[in-house]
Amino acid sequence: MAYGGYEQGSAAPQRHRAIKILLAGGFGVGKTTLVGAVSEIRPLRTEEPLTESSLQVDSTAGVERKTTTTVAMDFGRITLRQDLVLYLFGTPGQERFWFMWDELALGALGAVVLADTRRLADCFPAIDYFERREIPFIVALNCFDGARRYSAEDVRVALDLDAGLPIVLCDARSRESAKEVLIALVEHVLTVADEPVSR
Amino acid sequence: MPSNDERWLDAEAGPVVRPYALTRGRTRHSGEAFDLVATVLATRAQVADPNALGPEHISVLHLAHAPTTVVDIASDVDLPLGVVRILLADLRELGLVAIRAPVSTKAQQIDRNTLREVLHGLRGL
Repeated sequence: MAYGGYEQGSAAPQRHRAIKILLAGGFGVGKTTLVGAVSEIRPLRTEEPLTESSLQVDSTAGVERKTTTTVAMDFGRITLRQDLVLYLFGTPGQERFWFMWDELALGALGAVVLADTRRLADCFPAIDYFERREIPFIVALNCFDGARRYSAEDVRVALDLDAGLPIVLCDARSRESAKEVLIALVEHVLTVADEPVSR
Repeated sequence: MPSNDERWLDAEAGPVVRPYALTRGRTRHSGEAFDLVATVLATRAQVADPNALGPEHISVLHLAHAPTTVVDIASDVDLPLGVVRILLADLRELGLVAIRAPVSTKAQQIDRNTLREVLHGLRGL
């Protein structure tokens, strides 16, 4: 494919690569904490479609029937090299923001489902979502207070996860720990890529 | 109790200029769709008609003089993602920026070499 303009710049832009990683999990499980521990947090405004009939207030010439309201979200950026940048997107927790997931998930390297063992059920929707779309993911148990209430294997049974799916323990506040979570995900994606296509 | 000014102009009231006023009411951009992390780079072509560009177009164009992404631009200019997409599509139509798809457009299609580079990069953090 030809991309007009790149030829006129320096050679580097052709190699500029941006890679998405998703971070899912229930509200308050530590997604933003983990992103902040390992990356530079950047604010982002998006729009949530509205169907309310407040249209007579705004000038809507040329605007389709729906209008929007602004929603704030964050993303994290990790510059691995000048031409290789990771983007971490926390998937919005509330159901009304699920429309954002498909766009976030498209082309993503994979996903981390962050779980709190006290509220394991909160991560069911995320696991279900990634399984259905065959997006590789791992589960990271955020051990808030260092108190491990359940083993990784207990969690595997509780969440009905395949034997090959990595479950890692982490402290979302720790940069090293957050880094290990991302490493575990990429290693898992490499392993999955090695497997012959089945089912 | 906030003063009248604060009451009408706080963040919850929304921006003074409605975001889509900047796009002249358009909510869909022209041309091919592009990803959140698509790479954007200014072509440094001459601007044929400066009147075709608003100040926000110019801001976006300046940010794209070094390779960047759609979300980075949106964050830098503090405009909603949808608005930035429309501005970028305008600039693309005028031949002023090139927008390149990210590494993959489907899950599991990131090539192994790139994955290894990511792994290596993360370990080196």
